[in-house]
Amino acid sequence: MSAPLKPSDVETLPRPAGLTGLAADWASDQRAFKNVSWGKAMMWIFLLSDTFIFGCFLVAYMSARMSTAVPWPNPSEVFALEIGGVHVPLILIAIMTFVLISSSGTMAMAVNFGYRRDRRKTAALMLLTALFGATFVGMQAFEWSKLIAEGVRPWGNPWGAPQFGSTFFMITGFHGTHVSIGVIFLLIIARKVWRGDFDTERRGFFTSRKGHYEIVEITGLYWHFVDLVWVFIFAFFYLW
Amino acid sequence: MATAAAHAEQQQHPIALYLVVWGLLFVLSAFSYLVDYLGLEGYLRWSLILLFMMLKAGLIVAVFMHMAWERLALIYAILLPPALVLVFVALMVSEANYVLLTRLTFFGAAP
Repeated sequence: MSAPLKPSDVETLPRPAGLTGLAADWASDQRAFKNVSWGKAMMWIFLLSDTFIFGCFLVAYMSARMSTAVPWPNPSEVFALEIGGVHVPLILIAIMTFVLISSSGTMAMAVNFGYRRDRRKTAALMLLTALFGATFVGMQAFEWSKLIAEGVRPWGNPWGAPQFGSTFFMITGFHGTHVSIGVIFLLIIARKVWRGDFDTERRGFFTSRKGHYEIVEITGLYWHFVDLVWVFIFAFFYLW
Repeated sequence: MATAAAHAEQQQHPIALYLVVWGLLFVLSAFSYLVDYLGLEGYLRWSLILLFMMLKAGLIVAVFMHMAWERLALIYAILLPPALVLVFVALMVSEANYVLLTRLTFFGAAP
């Protein structure tokens, strides 16, 4: 018989990898996600719940579209633009997609520079991410204004099935809200990075716990999720 | 010890990896757009759209969100539940087809 383990030992026992590790983690009397901080685990669990909400919206849209006997408007034409006299289908959504993907790229690099404790580059990249996000929201405002001017309402539209309007405003509106909140979140964290809060482990924001650069990664998880949701909206709403 | 382990788990990957993924996401999005621009139809259109969508989603989750380097316990906890949403999707496809059938039967509008 070995000596009884102190709680501090139990917390730091090495865990097996692979499926054995999976079973050990879930069956353990310790933290389930060993070495994954509570902040990151909670952000993931929040994102899981958000996945269900967006999932339900997209499934509702699918049911509405598949069950309507009235023709569905052609998104390719609805979101077309005249650029320099040339008619380009779906171009607005394509540009929005590229803007959002670029914001994900700059965010991933910001997380990297955060862990290198290069706070100037981290803050600059986060600001650039926020700028891309704000550009996306701006383009969405343009898209909404254009469609509202053309007569699209939550209860109808000039081109066919009235469900197009309700699902469009609900899905893109909820996503746009996420992007807007993300931009605010990014600006708050970028300011803290710039001020050097995470080098001095200053306390604050949401909790009284010590701040460190992992919050940049957690912010990044949220931001990449917003981009991830757009991948599905792009495929199911605009390309279908 | 706990801090050392926590530091070992920090997500430190070369910047080049992120740039490659960024580029791939751009190319895949361009392909997605081309599917619509070229006006592909039918099963070809759908398989391409879903293929590019899954590749993009996979790259974002695996690399940008560092899922590829997380513990298996977390990966399964996060990825399995959304996969089960597919059951819900299958139920609603069946339901939507039935609703369409009743609408066509009782209201007689041609789709």
